[in-house]
Amino acid sequence: MPQTISIRIDGELVSALQGQTILEAAKQAGKYIPTLCYFEGLSAVGACRLCIVEVAGTDKLLPACTTPVQDGMSVTTTSPKLTQYRRIALELLFVERNHVCAVCVSNGHCELQNLATSLGITNMRHWYNYPNLPVDLSHKRFVLDHNRCILCTRCVRVCAEVEGAHVWEITERGISSRLTSGLNQPWGQVTDCTNCGKCVQVCPTGALAEKGWAVEEMVKQNDNISGLAHRKGGQ
Amino acid sequence: MKQLTINHVSRIEGHAKISIHLNDEGRVTSTQLHITQLRGFEKFTEGRPFYEMPGITSRICGICPVSHLLASAKACDAILAVKIPTAAHKLREMLHCAQFVQSHALSFFYLSSPDLLLGMDSDPAKRNVIGVIEKHPELARMGIELRKFGLQIIEGLAQERVHPSWVVPGGVNAPMQPQLRERLLSELPGAVASTQQALNFFKSAIASFQEEIDNFGTAPTMYAGTVDRKGSLQIYDGTLRFRNAEGAVVKEGIAAEEYSDYIGEASLRESYLKAPYYKPIGYPQGIYRVGALARLNVADRCGTPKADAELTEFRQRFGYPAHSSFLFHYARLIEVLYALERIGELLNDPQILNPRVRAIAGVNSLDGIGMIEAPRGVLIHHYKVNEDGGIVWANLIVATGHNNLAIGNSIQQVSEHFIDGTKLQEGMLNRVSAVVRAYDPCFSCSTHASGQIAMKIQLVAPDGTVLDELCSR
Repeated sequence: MPQTISIRIDGELVSALQGQTILEAAKQAGKYIPTLCYFEGLSAVGACRLCIVEVAGTDKLLPACTTPVQDGMSVTTTSPKLTQYRRIALELLFVERNHVCAVCVSNGHCELQNLATSLGITNMRHWYNYPNLPVDLSHKRFVLDHNRCILCTRCVRVCAEVEGAHVWEITERGISSRLTSGLNQPWGQVTDCTNCGKCVQVCPTGALAEKGWAVEEMVKQNDNISGLAHRKGGQ
Repeated sequence: MKQLTINHVSRIEGHAKISIHLNDEGRVTSTQLHITQLRGFEKFTEGRPFYEMPGITSRICGICPVSHLLASAKACDAILAVKIPTAAHKLREMLHCAQFVQSHALSFFYLSSPDLLLGMDSDPAKRNVIGVIEKHPELARMGIELRKFGLQIIEGLAQERVHPSWVVPGGVNAPMQPQLRERLLSELPGAVASTQQALNFFKSAIASFQEEIDNFGTAPTMYAGTVDRKGSLQIYDGTLRFRNAEGAVVKEGIAAEEYSDYIGEASLRESYLKAPYYKPIGYPQGIYRVGALARLNVADRCGTPKADAELTEFRQRFGYPAHSSFLFHYARLIEVLYALERIGELLNDPQILNPRVRAIAGVNSLDGIGMIEAPRGVLIHHYKVNEDGGIVWANLIVATGHNNLAIGNSIQQVSEHFIDGTKLQEGMLNRVSAVVRAYDPCFSCSTHASGQIAMKIQLVAPDGTVLDELCSR
């Protein structure tokens, strides 16, 4: 049985278990911290930097999803500084690829869009990158649109950790990073793919979607995936 | 010799520039219409999944997005190779009729009524919809109410007034609610009465525009429009018919997939707007007009009682076919009446509340063509896809394009008649703008352009120097 410790979240004293992350402890205490790449039941990678929090005693902003709690820790989840940095993180995601909400299948049901709305982002302060990216339509049931991918790697993790198929991986580095399937093959040619669709359902944007849905129609059904992951022994 | 430039033409959708060349005596020698932007939808949609096309191409326009939405959805239906459910077909037609009501109300009351009600020579500062509200509040209110009614139907059916996502490949994504049907049925008679009042007002005022009627693009041309199997007006799902200037049917029953056998597209040096022509006759003799006037010239009848009564009177007054482009305004009002009556028929259709509204299918054809009558005329979307459903090629023939040659000719005619370079007045140039407005062109759609709505007229001397320029906004 892990040891129970005490931490402060936004000044409030809460108890947490040794080994929990700040995010888990906050959730348990009913505190909201915005997340994007995090998906309950899958391993946490701290990629998106949306869940950054302030921890007393350090100048660094730390990702709540990967930082373990320590006894006596004092965490701030909301502050003008955090809002500013969360906005920067989101804005950089938006300008990196071609996120055109108006014509997206996930418009109105998109975690990226919802976060932007809740953080009050109305315009970008940086130039758009407008990369020329392909759409992989080769799978019979699903589609991958690189224009809408934010490289959160939820699909990579769910495929490896829950389905065990290891179809997805990230190729290249930095700005050239791309989601890739199989041995860099069109998705429809990857024989390891079981067509389960978990990657589609955990994708926070319209990057992975079911084929045939028109604008605004793709509503992700991922409520049961966390439960499935827990049964598989996930986090 | 001088050159006049109208830059930009105001109260139209999109940008246009007109150059008018005058000789030393101040008479017009030649005119040119320049559409100066390019949108590029055909190019940047390459690679996109075909089922996204309705959502993307409806962004071509904010005035009649429903037209693009429907033409695109019909092209996608053809790629799915499905026959959409009857209720979906009727609901789409109702949405389209509502679109006609709001778009024609916008064209007539907001954009053109300042010329018609306040006068072509009135103060340009007040020659706008605000001026109309001050001088003719009753008529202005009627126009606003009528447009609102059209938009409310669109909002009621599709949940959004502009760029709705309700129309999808294979049908629509939700059936009609009975409460909406009841509400629209109760509001419909008021809208019909307003339209008839506007028609009566226009008919009484039209006598004072005899000079415009006689000189606003009166050169006879062929006309193109879609009709149903009986030859009545059909704006959602008819086949294309061409009628010549003498009134004889040249060709009819042209299905969407045959359009390229009959319609060719010429590229012009001075404009980004292509010039479609009737292929069997060739370019440029194969000039034809589309839009409200063309539809009423092409169809044998409207097919609804009140609109047919108005059409009979129209034909008695102006002949059949009627050639003056000034009569587009009149034809638009008759079409609003037709659209409202048709909405009534559809609301009373026993199928209209049927919950089966969508056919689901994959890629069953690599080629899909959708053709409808947009408020401004025949609109064609043609897509080619690969086996996975990715767009490999797209062609959009937008209503205003069909009228390109006719608008050019009308500008020439109006300029020759009204412009005297020795005593140039703003009202003369306004008439040149007004003839363009009569076609209710949507240059932003037809060239796929962005930016402010405006137009420019240039007066050019024999040596090429620009002597006068009119920029109106």
